This record gives sequence, C-alpha cells and structure tokens, in this order.
Amino acid sequence: MDAMHDDPYLTKVRGWDGPAGGAPEVGTSFPRADAWSKVTGAEKYAADYYGQDLIWAGAKRAGVPHARVKAVHVEEARRMPGVAAVLTHKDVKGTNRQGVVRKDQPVLVDDKVRHCGDAVALVLAEDRETLKRALEQVAPDLEPLPGVFDPEDALRPDAPLLHEDHADGNLLFKADLEAGEGVKGFSACDVEVEHDFQTPWQEHAYLETEVGWARVEEDGTLVIVASTQTPFRDRSEAADALGLDIERVRVVAPFPGGAFGGKDGITVQTLLGLAALHAGGRPVKMWWDREESFAAGTKRHPARLHYRLGATKDGILKALQVYLLLDTGPYDHLGGVVMTLALEHAGGPYRIPNTSLSARCAYTNNPIGGAFRAFGVAQAAGAMEQMMDLLARRLAMDPIEIRLRNVLRKGDRTPIGVSLQHSIGMEECLSALKRHPLYLEREKWKAGAGPFKRRGAGAAAVMLGIGYGPVVPDVANAKVRLTRKGRIRVYSGVVDMGQGNAATCFQIAGSILSQTPDTLELVLPDTERTLPSGSAAASRTTYTFGNALIGACQALKQRILEKAADLLMAASAEEMVMEPGMVRHPVSGRDVPLARLAAFMAEPERTVTHRFRAPTAPDGIPVSEEVRIHGLGHTVFSYAAHLACVEVDELTGEVDVRRYLSVSDCGRVINPQAYEQQIQGSVAQGLGYAVMEDFKVRDGQVETRDLSTYILPTAMDVPDVDVVAVQTHETTGPFGLKGVGEIGTSGPVPAIANAVADAVGVRLSRWPLTDERVLEAMQGMEALISGKDEHRRYDIR
Amino acid sequence: MIIRFALNGEEKEIEAAPDRRVVDLLREDLGLTGTKEACGTGECGACTILVDGAARLSCLMLAIQLDRRSITTIEGVGSMEALHPVQEAFVEKGAVQCGFCTPGMVLASMDLLREHPAPTREEIRKGLAGNLCRCTGYQKIVDALEAAASHLAEKRGKP
Repeated sequence: MDAMHDDPYLTKVRGWDGPAGGAPEVGTSFPRADAWSKVTGAEKYAADYYGQDLIWAGAKRAGVPHARVKAVHVEEARRMPGVAAVLTHKDVKGTNRQGVVRKDQPVLVDDKVRHCGDAVALVLAEDRETLKRALEQVAPDLEPLPGVFDPEDALRPDAPLLHEDHADGNLLFKADLEAGEGVKGFSACDVEVEHDFQTPWQEHAYLETEVGWARVEEDGTLVIVASTQTPFRDRSEAADALGLDIERVRVVAPFPGGAFGGKDGITVQTLLGLAALHAGGRPVKMWWDREESFAAGTKRHPARLHYRLGATKDGILKALQVYLLLDTGPYDHLGGVVMTLALEHAGGPYRIPNTSLSARCAYTNNPIGGAFRAFGVAQAAGAMEQMMDLLARRLAMDPIEIRLRNVLRKGDRTPIGVSLQHSIGMEECLSALKRHPLYLEREKWKAGAGPFKRRGAGAAAVMLGIGYGPVVPDVANAKVRLTRKGRIRVYSGVVDMGQGNAATCFQIAGSILSQTPDTLELVLPDTERTLPSGSAAASRTTYTFGNALIGACQALKQRILEKAADLLMAASAEEMVMEPGMVRHPVSGRDVPLARLAAFMAEPERTVTHRFRAPTAPDGIPVSEEVRIHGLGHTVFSYAAHLACVEVDELTGEVDVRRYLSVSDCGRVINPQAYEQQIQGSVAQGLGYAVMEDFKVRDGQVETRDLSTYILPTAMDVPDVDVVAVQTHETTGPFGLKGVGEIGTSGPVPAIANAVADAVGVRLSRWPLTDERVLEAMQGMEALISGKDEHRRYDIR
Repeated sequence: MIIRFALNGEEKEIEAAPDRRVVDLLREDLGLTGTKEACGTGECGACTILVDGAARLSCLMLAIQLDRRSITTIEGVGSMEALHPVQEAFVEKGAVQCGFCTPGMVLASMDLLREHPAPTREEIRKGLAGNLCRCTGYQKIVDALEAAASHLAEKRGKP
C-alpha cells in the first residue's frame, strides 16, 4: 500500500546519516537525525521544490487597509505573454473562507479589503520576472472605506465595521473571569500598585518565508507541499475553501525553515491549491518575499494591559484586577485563543485568591495577529512580572523573596481558579536562581560598570500551559512499523520546524526497541502516510506525540517478541530480549534477525498505531463553554525563573543584555542538547521582543518592510545563556517530560525591563526598550527630578 | 553570455544572462538548492557562498561576477559521509535547528576561521554578525566554531 505513495520527489523515508553508535538512551544528548542533511545543504525544504515546467504563482496584494471591491481588472495582465492565468474570487469554487476558529478570511477578497496584505488576485506566470510585471498590471478598483487602526477605537459604537455579519461588531471575542471575591479582595490589601502596558507586534521573521509547491496528479489528487506546522488542518481548510473533496487533497510537510507559530494555519496553501487547479497538471510554486511576508503574514498580537495588584504589607498577594485588549487585525486566525491564553496566564505563577480578569479582542485594519511562540503568555507575563517588581519596590522587599512568598505549589489554585495536581517546580526554579553565581555575584558585577554605563539585574517567574486546554481534544496518533528489511520506521504526525522532535522520535523508538539509530527510519508528516496528530504548537509535540509514540513502540515490541518466541519455539515472549537488529532467546542461545522475523509477518502485523489524548483540568471553572473551547484552562504547566543582567548606555540609551540565566522546570529532560537549544533560542527571541524588534505600522501600512528596518538579534546581541533544568517528574509526560518549546520566550521582557529599572531607575509603559525610548525616559526622569517636568510622565522604578 | 568559473572544484561553462542573480543561477539553473534565500537584500547571510575563499552574498551578486572566479557552495564543502570539520562541529555541538541559516552559517564560519584560525568567542560573534539565525540564539554556533577551530589547529599541528 505504501509503495504507491512512495514518490521520492514528494516525500522520502529518512534514515540515519550519522555514525551507527549504540541504542539512544533517554536522558542523554542525542544529535538530531536531520543535522547531517541540513549541514550539507542536502535537506529539501518546501522552498527547494521546483520541477519541470514550473509555474510561478503570486498574489496581488490590496495595498490599502479598508475598501469595498468594485471590480478587479485582470484583462491587461491576462493578455501578457508568459501569463498562464489570472484568477479572482470568482474562480474559487468553495467557501472562499479560511480560518482556524472563525472562518472569516477570504482566500481572494470578494466584497471587501480588510487589510493591506489581503490578496485580490492570483497570477500564474512562466517565470518570476513575468509574474512581477503581471502583478503590476492587475488593477483592483477599490472604493476606500474609513479604517480602524486602534483597538480601542475599534470598540467604539461609531467605528467602521470590519465584518458586517459579525454580531458583536468589531469585538471578536471577550471573556470575563472572577475568582474568590474579585475586586472586593482589594479591601484586604495594605498596598496596591497600578500600571498600564502596551506591547508591540512581533514578526516571526523565520528565515524561510512562506512558501509551497503544488501539483494536480494524474489521478486528480491535489498535492500541496508547504512550509507549515499544521498539515492535517491545512488539508481540510484548503478542501473547504476550494470546494474539493478532502480525499482529493494531500498535504506534505517537510521541515519548515523556522515557523514559531507563524505557520500555524494557512499561508500559501489555498492560493497554491487554487493555482494548481488552473495549471493543467504543471507544478506551481509560490514563495513570498520578505516584504510580502511582513505585510501578509501573521504577527504576535499587540496588547494593551491595565494591571492593578494588591498585597498585604508582608508581600502576600491578595487581589489582582486585569484588563487586556488585543488587536487581532482583520481576521480571527487564533485571536480568540491567544486572548484566552493571555487571560489564563495574566496572574503569573502565583496564588492570588481574589481576581477579576477581563479581556477583549478587537478587529482592526492592521496586520493579522496570530500564533507566536508563547502566545498570549508573553504579553501577560511581560506586564505581570513588572508588576511584581513594582510591588516589591513599594514594599521595599527583595524581588525574589516576594515571588517566593507567593509561588504556586501543588494543590494551589491558579489565578483563574484551576487547582494544580501536576508537577510544579516554580519554587525550585527560583531557589536555584538564588543559588546561581550570576545571581550571587550580581552586585559586584553591577559595580564594575564603565564610564557612562550603568548596570542592573532583574528577574522574572513564568509559567506556560501545555497543550490545547479542556475542549479541543489534544490527541496524537503514532504509527510505527517493522519494515520488511527489519528496520523500525516511525511515521511522525507532528511537524518538526526546528525544535528537534524528529530526533526525539529516534530517541524514543531506539531506546524502547533497543535499536541503534542506523536501523531507524522516519517519515515526516504527510496526510497520506502519517496519522493526524494536531498542530506543532502549544509546547505539545513531544508531550502528546511522544506519549503516543511510546505506546506504539511498546505494542510493536510486544508483537515482535511474541512472533520471535513462536518462531524460536520459546515458552513465552517474556523469555525473549530485543537487541540491535535481532531478537535473542538467552535460554537457548538462539536468535533471529529482525529482517528474517519481518519476512514472517504481513504488513498489517508489522504496523502498530497508538493514540494518546492529553489530560485536562479536573475541576470546571465557572466560564462559558465558548471560553473553554478557546482553551481555558490548562492542567499541566512548565515553569521558569529568569535573570537578566543588563548594561545601559547613559549617552545613547542602548540596553545591552550582558548575562542571562534561565532555570526551567520542563519535567525530565530527555535530550539535554535539544533542551538547551529550545531555551537559548526562545530567550533570544524574547530578547529581541524586549529591546529591539519594533514592527511599525501606520494607518494599517507596514513601515518596517525588511530586515534592515526590522532589527533581529545578531550573534553580537545575544549573550551566552546559562541554562539550568529543575527536573521534576511529570507523571503524565513521556519519560516524565513537559513541553519546553515556549517557556523561555516570556521571561526576557520582564527580566530585562526589571533589570533596566534597576540600572537607571526608569520603567517604560511599552516595549521594546529601544535606545530612543530608554534615553527619552532617562531624560524625562531627570527633568522630573529637577522639577522641570510638570506632568508625571514616567514612573520612577 | 558565456560565463566560465570553477564551481566546487569543477570547471563550468554556462550560458546565462549577465544580470541573473547568482542565487537564482545556483538554485534554479544548476539545482544547487543548498544555497538558501531568506531576504534578497543582503541582510541575513542565508545565501552566503565562498568566492575565491571569501564569504559573499549570492543574492547581491550577478552572474557576470562569477566569471573566472572559484566558487564554493555548501554542496562543495563536505558530504554526509565525510563532513568538513566545521560541519562536524555544527552537528556535534547542536548548532543546527531549523537549518535554513545553516549552509550560509557554515560557509561564513569557514571564511572566519581562515581569517582568524584561533578566534575568541567575541571574535566569532563579531564575525558571524552578518548571518541571522532565528532558532538557536547563536550560542551553540559559537560553541561549534570554537570546537572546529581547535580541531583544525590539531590537524594542522600534525606532521
């Protein structure tokens, strides 16, 4: 059965390219199976698919933020030599709508343009040069509409509407939660601190921009190869939007060249599918350039956060009031889910008995908000952990001590009221931070600042929910096969966009089945060959898929042992032992090679599947079913404590992050190298978010259109990060692990902001803490101190 | 026009428009997709190739600039069976994640080690500042270069 799908151009069975070595052990560093192909340039990404008679497809972007579509004139472009087709919404035979939760985003706009990056027409051309010229010839006739560029404006009753059919106007989604006595809890507080924060868009800036390749096969199957985190969901979205039987659509997902949430959902897939349907069987390629990626791709949602936090004079938290407002741009995408996750994590990893938490998510004509590593959590933690330092300052308490007094322990309730029954290493993380040399030596280090430099240290404590939450089933299906050649083949259902779960698959299968890596094989996600296992998101891939894989490997092992026992006439399977390449019967000293054993088994017998569904929070919290569907609340969390040591230039305002410590509880670490990769990489992204990544949008137009204006951290900007693991044992996790993919992302903003406050005494209401902003704030503070500033524009510390 | 150059040690004579971007020529005309493109404006370093041993950005080079030069792309560095010491260090030290920056990073590293055979971590960071990586936070790439430098020094020390 498999053979008919074994088109090596589309997908291949991957072996092990490194030295054979022994069977991989869980708990030891193990190189990723894809390292060899990536380091030699042999790895084939979606961007590397071309093929004979290739057609290039490209989208005409609206370029205006809000408009009614009167007509799209395509005749000129169609007449150009080398243009194969120019398509509009009239050529879309399905729903022409896509979206993860609310399907409100057109493939090609029909009635209205809702942001500058909307696609109004799709051009197919023989080469890229012709494509570019043809796109210039497409003339949309657009009647401008007044735009909404501010989420607060969007919610005013007289605001222009983005979606006239949406019952709540520009309010995409809202949720209000109360735990304990709510705001009445403030009456028991000795002190209160209050602050507003404003957060920016953050661009994923993966090196491989949105890209894919598609072709209609001779049997009518539409094959889409895409750089995606969600092949199975893409398949059904593309089928619905284009009006195709889902059986007719196959999505293949090679390793993406980075994703971080930005490829959680449709980017090029439906446009490519549409193009392929009009390409007469020729392959079609679409590859957004950086400017198009910035304009049309999703970003981390900007948020406005109002915080009010109350405590006793001993620093015991008593009450929290939060109002969050997210700008989702023109489409839901995952806006409601991001908002809900922000709400769940708004109070941080603390016991706060009385909370009143409200969140709103608004439609605007800005770029699309979407999933980005630690979505919602990064925004909330950035605010909450600065509140903790403000409170510590008010009470003249040590910032670590006040956190330790309030951290969640097993059995406590989270700020939304979920009682925690799983592993919690928050306290251990903070204690380990306190014992670390970077913390112990911080005062001495601070004193060593040179002329015009000031140094400071700041900490943060964060938590992050693993998986989808209570309603959407967090399920993975693993498939493992003993091949006819006696090798073990893992069919992975979840995408590895660089986090290394393909390596983990080898490690899990190799250790359970006692096989050396050179006898292991891997098939990457492909809707025809592997089983649906959900998105590569929510720090769930190894947690959920790993559990499924363990079950499948154990079942396959049992089957192999039983078959070997029969063949060698042993008394029972218990007498058999698996070894690399064979099964041995120590009692008789006989053995049978796996290849020989496989010859006695038909394919169904050699194949095992196993399903795992992640646990959900045991006790219901009083929220609507709709809020629960959006993912509230979680039950398994990872935790982390971060310490940033920064040097601020008094003359330029530049914040240089010089030292960094991350202590995390992600359960047991099964591959220390992969664990460090995740932490170091997510800290670097958080650092960029904290001090330099300033995605600028004015009236819906993106102003930072390339990597020379949107500044990413380089090797010069990211310090060596000390990575420490507090290894709790999570009983529900594979080998005791919890997710590590995102936890490192939300610590840097507050840790760095707290360090800047420690260094120069200013706390800004918005990040990134760019040179200009920090300098201006320092000057504002000087004016304030000298009495020249009449208005209190900046909080001091 | 006819352009003659050495590509990964092999003499090449190709017909190409003089203004064709080298990255397109490599990827589309010659099928060498190991050279990546990520920005097209010389900001990210993903398209790095070696021109007479020096790191250059193939997205900013035109075909005519290849004439009579010696070019090394990632395909000419080492094979999966016999990695170059820099590639070996990248694998061993965990300097590869999504891998899209990796070919450019490896070639830039080779140039860096040619200029600075025994670089400090600071020199490595400075030398690689033109190559963006969004996954690793650079630390393991710096580790890999340190390891590669000492490995190469060891090799040179041998008689």
